[in-house]
Amino acid sequence: MVVFDKPHALADMPLHYCPGCTHGIIHRLVAEVMDELGIEGKTIGIAPVGCSVMAYNYFNCDMIEAAHGRAPAIATGVKRANPENVVFTYQGDGDLASIGMAETVHAAARNENITVIFVNNAIYGMTGGQMAPTSLPGQITQTSPYGRDVAHCGYPIRVCEMLSELESPQYLERVTVNSVKAIKNAKKAIKKAFQNQLDGKGFSLIEVLSTCPTNWGMTPAAALKWVDEKMIPYYPLGVYKDKDAAKEETK
Amino acid sequence: MAKLTFKTDNCKGCGLCVDACPKKILRLASEKINKKGHHPAEITDQAACIGCAFCATMCPDCIIKVER
Repeated sequence: MVVFDKPHALADMPLHYCPGCTHGIIHRLVAEVMDELGIEGKTIGIAPVGCSVMAYNYFNCDMIEAAHGRAPAIATGVKRANPENVVFTYQGDGDLASIGMAETVHAAARNENITVIFVNNAIYGMTGGQMAPTSLPGQITQTSPYGRDVAHCGYPIRVCEMLSELESPQYLERVTVNSVKAIKNAKKAIKKAFQNQLDGKGFSLIEVLSTCPTNWGMTPAAALKWVDEKMIPYYPLGVYKDKDAAKEETK
Repeated sequence: MAKLTFKTDNCKGCGLCVDACPKKILRLASEKINKKGHHPAEITDQAACIGCAFCATMCPDCIIKVER
């Protein structure tokens, strides 16, 4: 009996990510969810700009490549034109939280019926490790060699908390993939986000705390620890908005 | 008995599977080099494998197939 194998929705080809980069795990979780919900044939994914720019090569569903940060805008168009299809975006922090912040906030404010997978690794990976809007205070990057100075650059943006202040979005949750247990939780969250879309409930965003061993300058194992020690204290895990749960409470 | 199959040429030698294994029966083969130029992960004691799939769950490159 096969206990574990590559999901069908994940293409059978080597990923270009650096060794130990957890993008691969998140790709697999999205593909597993597509398999389990049986939606691979009607799913349209929107790839971002960033390390995951070539995500369109790795999923077996239809994919579109968006201009930097514009994935939620394209997803809006695709979903409105093809409401029977399942539409998701897969975006990094430089894409979603920096150049694409406007698209993200407004897609959430309109409660577009799409699923957003937001991979937060606190750095710009593809361009060589510059400071991102999500880089932690004091974090050393190429453009903050003495550590992020909050007096000069401000504090990092907590996307889930910020969007949770909006009235519209259906579901916002922050998860991570730095341990087997965390990966199981992350999969549950991603599945819920896709299920919400199938049920026509609206905008779901799952923020996944990810690693960048190469640009953080550490081993893959140390990077997983760094998520626990440094990232989670600033970006606490949990559900930030769930309209279903809120409705249950008021009953 | 559980059985692991590795797509050795796709392995990047990150070692996350080695750390995840509760039985400590995985290692990076330091005397081997795969197509990508990495030391690939391999199992040292197939009989001791309990098929928990922790290694496959942690593997970012999805190279491990687990059968039980």
